[in-house]
Amino acid sequence: MNSIIVLAVLGMLTMFLGITNRKKWILPVIISGLVFALIANALEWNKNTHYYNDMLVVDNFSIAFNGVLFISTILVLMFASTYYRTVERPLEDVYALMIFSLVGGVCMTSFGNIVMLFIGIEILSICMYVLAGSKKFDLASNEASFKYFLTGSFSTGFLLLGIAFLYGATGTFDLVKMNTYIFLHANELPLYFNVGMLLVMVGLSFKLAIAPFHFWAPDVYHGSPTLITAFMATTVKIAGIAAFYKLFSSCFISVLPLWTTVLSVFAALTIIIGNVTAIYQTNMKRMLAYSSISHAGYLSLGILAMNNFSKNALLIYTLAYAVATITAFGIIILVRGSRNNDDINTFNGLAKTNPIMSFALTISMLSLTGIPPLAGFIGKYFIFTSAIESGYLWLVIIAILGSALSAVYYFKPVIAVYMKKGEWEPVVGTPSYKFIIILLIVLMFLIGIIPNTFVLL
Amino acid sequence: MESISNIVQYVPLQQYVIFCIALFCIGVVGVLIKRNALVIFMSIEMMLNAVNLLLVVFSVYHNDPAGQVFVFFVMLVAAAEVAIGLALLVLVYRHTHSIDVNFLNKLKW
Repeated sequence: MNSIIVLAVLGMLTMFLGITNRKKWILPVIISGLVFALIANALEWNKNTHYYNDMLVVDNFSIAFNGVLFISTILVLMFASTYYRTVERPLEDVYALMIFSLVGGVCMTSFGNIVMLFIGIEILSICMYVLAGSKKFDLASNEASFKYFLTGSFSTGFLLLGIAFLYGATGTFDLVKMNTYIFLHANELPLYFNVGMLLVMVGLSFKLAIAPFHFWAPDVYHGSPTLITAFMATTVKIAGIAAFYKLFSSCFISVLPLWTTVLSVFAALTIIIGNVTAIYQTNMKRMLAYSSISHAGYLSLGILAMNNFSKNALLIYTLAYAVATITAFGIIILVRGSRNNDDINTFNGLAKTNPIMSFALTISMLSLTGIPPLAGFIGKYFIFTSAIESGYLWLVIIAILGSALSAVYYFKPVIAVYMKKGEWEPVVGTPSYKFIIILLIVLMFLIGIIPNTFVLL
Repeated sequence: MESISNIVQYVPLQQYVIFCIALFCIGVVGVLIKRNALVIFMSIEMMLNAVNLLLVVFSVYHNDPAGQVFVFFVMLVAAAEVAIGLALLVLVYRHTHSIDVNFLNKLKW
C-alpha cells in the first residue's frame, strides 16, 4: 500500500519535472523514487495488513513480487538514457506512464477482491497501450499499439464476463468469502461457475500471452519501441503471473480438477508453439517475443503445481527471466541505436570489437535456455521439481524437451556474434551503460549460484 | 409503489443470463468479422454492456449492492479504454488514411 502511494506521487512529480523542463533531473529522481518505493514495500514484510475492507491485502507473496516488479523497472530505466539519447524533450509522459502502470502491477499482486484485480489489470494495460504507441510517427509502433489495444480490450470483455459469472454463482467479489462459499458448496455449484472460472482463465491467458491466446504478442513486441518492449516483457508478465497465482490459489483450490486439465493443455500448447515458432524467426525482438511466450508456458507449470514450494519457484523464475530478458533487450537497444535494425544478422561479428556486450548477450541467452550455473537454470529446476511433486510428469517432460529445443534459437545470436563475420566499430553507450551491463551479468550468476538467498516465501 | 428490484425479478434469472450471453456473443462476432475499427469499438462496448446488465441482474437476485457498484467501475474503465482507443485510431489514420484494420499488416513473419 505504501508503495502505491509512493509510486503515485512519483508519477505526478515526474510530470511536474517535465513541465518545468528539467531533463537532467528526471531519470535520477525516478530511479531514486523507485528505490524508495522498494524500501517502503519491504518495510511491510511479515505484517500482513488489510486495507479498505480487504480490497488490498499486502502479504509476503505480494511484497516479494512487488520487489521483482520494482527491481526490473529500475533495471529497464537504467537503459532509458541510452535508448533516448537523441531525443531532446524530457519524455516525462513516457516515464510517468511507466510508473503509473507499475501502480496497476502492484494492485495486481496485492488484491483481496476481484474488483481490485480488474482495476489493476486495466491500469496496467491502458498505460501499456499508450506506451506501445509512444513512437508516434512510426507506423510499426502505431500498429503495435492498436493491435495491443484491440486484443487487450477484447480479452477484458472475457475476463469481465467470467467475473460476472463468478459473482452470480457465489454472490461475492471478496476472495476469502468466495473461497469459503466454494469450499462449502463444492458439489452444488451452478454451471456458470465453471464457465466463469474458465473465462477468467482465458482473460488472464490473453494478458500473459499463453497459447492459444498468444497471437498478439509477437506483433506487439516487435512493433513497440525496444525499451517499452523490455518493460512489457517483464512487468506485465510478472504482475500477470502473480495475479493468476494469487486468484487461483486463494479461490479455486478446492475445485482443482475443474481447471487444471484446461490449464495443463494450455501450458503444453504454449511451450510447444512458443519454442517451435521461435526457431523460424530472423528478427531478434520477434524471437524474444516467442521466447517470452514459451516462458509463460513454463510459468503456468508453477501455477498448476500449486504446492508449498511453487510460490518460491515462481518468484525465482520471474526474477531470473526478468534479468536475462532485460539484458538481451539492453544489447538490442545499443545495436539498434547504431544500425537501426534488429535482425539477428545485424549482430554478426559483434564480439571482436565489443567483448563485454557480446559476453552479456551470451550469458543472457544461456540463462534463458537454462544452462547451469546461471539464473535461468535454477528457475527452471525449481519450477520443474515443484510440478513433478504435484504429479505433472508428462508436462515436465514436454517442458524439458521444449527447453532443449529452445537452445536452437537462443544460440543463433551467440553464433552470429562469435562465429560470423561482420564489420563493427566499438559501440559506446552512456557511461552508466557498461556499469549496468556488468551488474546484470553479476546478478545472473548470483541468482544461479546462491539461489537460497532469494527463497523468501 | 413497487421497488425496482422487485420489477427486475419479474423475469426469471435464466432468461436474463441467456439474453446477456446472446448480447455478448453478438459483440464477439462483431469484433471478429467486422473490419471497420469504429464498429469494432462499438462491438467491444456491447460486450462490456452485456456484462454490466448481467452484473446488475445477479446483484438484484443476490440482494447485494456490490455488483451494482462494480458496474460503475466497468463503465469508468470502458470510458477510459475508448478514449485511448480513439486516440490510437487517430494516430493510425494519419498514416494509412483509413480506419480499416486490414491495413494494419506491416508486422508479420
